[in-house]
Amino acid sequence: MGRLIAGRMVRLVATLLLVTFVTFMATSLLPGDPVNALIPIEAQQDREFVEQVREEWGFNDPLLVRYGRWLGDAVRGDLGDSYVTGRPIIDEITPRLPVTGELMVVTVLLGILIGVPLGLVSGYREGSRADKAVSAVAQFGLSIPNFVLGLVLIYVFAIKLRWLPATGWTRISDSVTGNLKSVAMPAIALAVAEVAVYLRVLRSDIISTLKENYILSARAKGLKDRFILFRHALRPSSLTLTTLIGLNIAGLITGTIVIEQLFAIPGLGRRLFSAVFQRDYMMVQGLTVLLAAAYVIINATVDFIYIAIDPRIRRRA
Amino acid sequence: MPAENASTPGTGPVAVSAGSPLLRVDDLHTSFHVAAGEVRAVRGVSLTLDRGRTLGIVGESGSGKTVLARSIMRLNIGGNVSTSGNVEFEGRDLLDLPLKAMKNLWGTELAMVFQDPMTSLNPVVRVGRQLTEHVRSNLGAGRGEARQMAIDLLREVRIPDAEARLRAFPHELSGGMRQRICIAIALACEPALLFADEPTTALDVTVQHQILNLLGREQRDREMAMILVTHDLGVVAGRTDDTIVMYAGKVVEQAPTRVLFTEMRHPYSEALLRSIPRIGQRSHTRLSAITGRPPDPIDIPPGCPFSPRCPYVQQKCREEPPPLVAAGDGAGGASHLSACWYPVGTDAGRDAFARNLADRLPQTVVVAEGSEFAESAAANAAAEATAANGSFEGGGA
Amino acid sequence: MADPTGLRSLQEDGQASALARSPAPFRVRVGRSLWNAFREMPWPTRACASWLVLIVTVAIFADWIPGLQDPNYQGFLFGKSKTLDPPSMEHWLGTDNVSRDILARVVHGARTSLIFAGGVLLCGLVFGGLLGSAAGFLRGRFEAVVMFYVDVSLAFPALVFFLFAITMLNTRGLGIMTVAVALLIIAPYTRIARANSLSVSDREFVTAARAIGTSRPRILVREIIPNVYPTLVAYSLIVAAVLVILEATLSFLGIGVPIPRASWGGDINMARRDIAINVWPMIPPILALVATILSVNVVSDWLRSNAASRSSAL
Ligand SMILES: Nc1ncnc2c1ncn2[C@@H]1O[C@H](COP(=O)(O)OP(=O)(O)OP(=O)(O)O)[C@@H](O)[C@H]1O
Ligand code: SF4
Ligand SMILES: [Mg+2]
Repeated sequence: MGRLIAGRMVRLVATLLLVTFVTFMATSLLPGDPVNALIPIEAQQDREFVEQVREEWGFNDPLLVRYGRWLGDAVRGDLGDSYVTGRPIIDEITPRLPVTGELMVVTVLLGILIGVPLGLVSGYREGSRADKAVSAVAQFGLSIPNFVLGLVLIYVFAIKLRWLPATGWTRISDSVTGNLKSVAMPAIALAVAEVAVYLRVLRSDIISTLKENYILSARAKGLKDRFILFRHALRPSSLTLTTLIGLNIAGLITGTIVIEQLFAIPGLGRRLFSAVFQRDYMMVQGLTVLLAAAYVIINATVDFIYIAIDPRIRRRA
Repeated sequence: MPAENASTPGTGPVAVSAGSPLLRVDDLHTSFHVAAGEVRAVRGVSLTLDRGRTLGIVGESGSGKTVLARSIMRLNIGGNVSTSGNVEFEGRDLLDLPLKAMKNLWGTELAMVFQDPMTSLNPVVRVGRQLTEHVRSNLGAGRGEARQMAIDLLREVRIPDAEARLRAFPHELSGGMRQRICIAIALACEPALLFADEPTTALDVTVQHQILNLLGREQRDREMAMILVTHDLGVVAGRTDDTIVMYAGKVVEQAPTRVLFTEMRHPYSEALLRSIPRIGQRSHTRLSAITGRPPDPIDIPPGCPFSPRCPYVQQKCREEPPPLVAAGDGAGGASHLSACWYPVGTDAGRDAFARNLADRLPQTVVVAEGSEFAESAAANAAAEATAANGSFEGGGA
Repeated sequence: MADPTGLRSLQEDGQASALARSPAPFRVRVGRSLWNAFREMPWPTRACASWLVLIVTVAIFADWIPGLQDPNYQGFLFGKSKTLDPPSMEHWLGTDNVSRDILARVVHGARTSLIFAGGVLLCGLVFGGLLGSAAGFLRGRFEAVVMFYVDVSLAFPALVFFLFAITMLNTRGLGIMTVAVALLIIAPYTRIARANSLSVSDREFVTAARAIGTSRPRILVREIIPNVYPTLVAYSLIVAAVLVILEATLSFLGIGVPIPRASWGGDINMARRDIAINVWPMIPPILALVATILSVNVVSDWLRSNAASRSSAL
């Protein structure tokens, strides 16, 4: 097991280096001199001045040197300064992290709380009317883009019923109910697809697990159906589900970007967006590296968790 | 524990009048409805089993043994099964029992050890829990009590270092160990009847004997009735009181085990006997495995189902199905039944065989060529059967 | 599908897609067999398939549909039609907030979606399929380089990569969007193709071809590629749904196709501004979008389970 984990760790570090390197390279090589973002347009004709700024910011050093320097800084938490606001990128990111984090956590919790029971029931009652209804709803859930769902929610709950604010964010430290109100619609808009995916995967896993011999032997032992379902079928099935949930958390990074934009939530995604529109290279680069790293790390963590919870792999390794 | 068992009212043989058997199966039919048609897996099986007795069910793969056993326990799952006939267990009609009441019998009265110990234990649940969860839920034992019981059970099935094993996962144990655990699980609630469905097929030869001996010992000690399902006649030899030979969902021969080996009447039983690999011979000398394959259970030929493969086959066999009737006046008497028009060891059979040999019917020729070997095999098996049976009785007394 | 906004499900082809789990042989014999498949479908599936046929047809022939207006014609500039008009004989689905004909915009939005999805799929099938087939068959250094590209590409969340790319390249538009997403989509295609190619390379007929001295490029073209593609085609249906969602999402966010080009996502975004006044202009593009995604999903599910049951029946 130790060796397996060590191997994955090496791969993780290698992927992280690759991702950061590619991001850095792209920023440095692609057209659009980043220096231009630093100096006013009038001054861009002044070659000497431009050269001076280049030198100051280290744009003239060899690429690898610059990458090394940048990476060293990045590891210490220094992702550079925003070209637009001039503030350290890390200082802009830190207060936004919990917002995006909360959105993701609530989404996943909703997904699990709704998806798991539905998946369990429809797998257990395969072919029943309830199962068919659940499957049809899931099919719909998977076919509605999250921004469309968000719009529908806004229309119904913010505009027509006026129950919830259409946009904006109240921090949990300011008001718990306010915070719940601001997280409700975005989280639901994101969670519907999660619910659909979880329940589909769990359903098909339960169905195939219930065909296993050990389920038959559990029946022959005289265990109650419900006990068999929860203790013998759900457990092996939940291994796949755990992996899937982990992978989906990584994938939610994309979803939160869209939803934060739609609901004007001051999270990482919205900051990335404004940086894109402001052509704030450093900010885009910093956030890209951060989000890609989070993506890679979450995926790797899922692997570790899988190794840890599946006794078969745990012992084999 | 065995002592306890014997004194429990209703489960020990003492409390039961000699007249009523523990299990009586009457004309049991089971089919599966699939896209291609109706799979007739069991076609009219009748049998009886007394308390504390053992019954062997023998037949090739696909002959319906598993389906028969599961039909009796009502363990066939899926919406496409239909079962008819009569199953009487301890005076109750199992097929008419509400499913709920039936479920109460599972584990406590009727238990089963499955063919493949690799897949019949849940891979992600620790052995200790699998051993006792049903004891706790069926009999309401407490946690500590259950744990002690699990340790005792593991000791009983001769698993070394029992306490440590409780925390193991199934894949950490060898196949033999797993099957011992499955047996322990089946025995845990002291069932009155144990089905052992090919309990050793998936195991190494050396382990097979240990497991069979273990089953035999437990069966005797607990005075539990047992149905031992196998495709190997050698397994039942010396291990069961009675034996049923099944082919294409039907009983083709039925007799006290000793009688079966000495006065075998059905050509299919004979063929099975010939195909037993004997220790002594090199393992690949399965000279006379039965030619051909069992019939497709969706499309069973009219007449005798064995007729396409039978070395004794005559025209009559292909037209009229032979009834299961008393097999002559041998030692088995009325308890020896066989379903064959030209039984082995009778003049009719010998004539039929000779005719077929003269016609150079392939399956007959094959048998004739291997006959020297076959005879010695039969003799060996008979000798072994008697010997084992002797020791069996010695052990039982 | 799992992720209505991104390429996540494309990126985890190895683990998440049922297709990868059971690579059922999937042969579409064009023409008669498509018609037969259509006739075998239960009616909801058939309705979905019909919708797809309809949407693809109007997307292709958008410019030649008689009576269909110019999607960018703003009647109110010439005092002709009003903004936010309800449905009428003249504008069957009404007009949007700059008085453009909504029906025309929905039809032309379908075209945008089709061009994008078709272009990306084509890139994935051609480049991913060929790279993967060659990597699995040739092995060695070539395979290492290809898989390096795949690994890097799969390490980025799709939307993040896309935002990064458009910032660095400083352009927008259908073309750049198609190319950027195609760059991402090639990776999972390559991975699937390589896995298939590896297993096909082990089969007897390839060994036989090698033994009789067939040249390697020839084996690749004659034996490997034809056996790799069926799975990729089946995979493309799953991808198609994701791509339709992606185009709508990017355009909705204002980073996809630039205005005034018709796009379902872009039009939904336009209509969103008047959501409190008049929701109507938002509804046709939303319905078209959801119906299309749903149809692709339903049809691809049906084809998959049907291909699986057919091959197991054989
Ligand atoms: N659930 C089912 N659906 C359809 N057919 C079935 C089902 N279960 C069993 N059968 C068929 O019933 C026949 C008898 O099967 P059964 O498992 O009883 O054979 P067996 O004698 O136990 O053989 P083996 O030695 O392989 O265990 C076989 O042809 C099998 O294909
Ligand atoms: S002799 Fe005839 S009846 Fe007897 S087993 Fe052979 S075929 Fe069947
Ligand atoms: Mg069996």
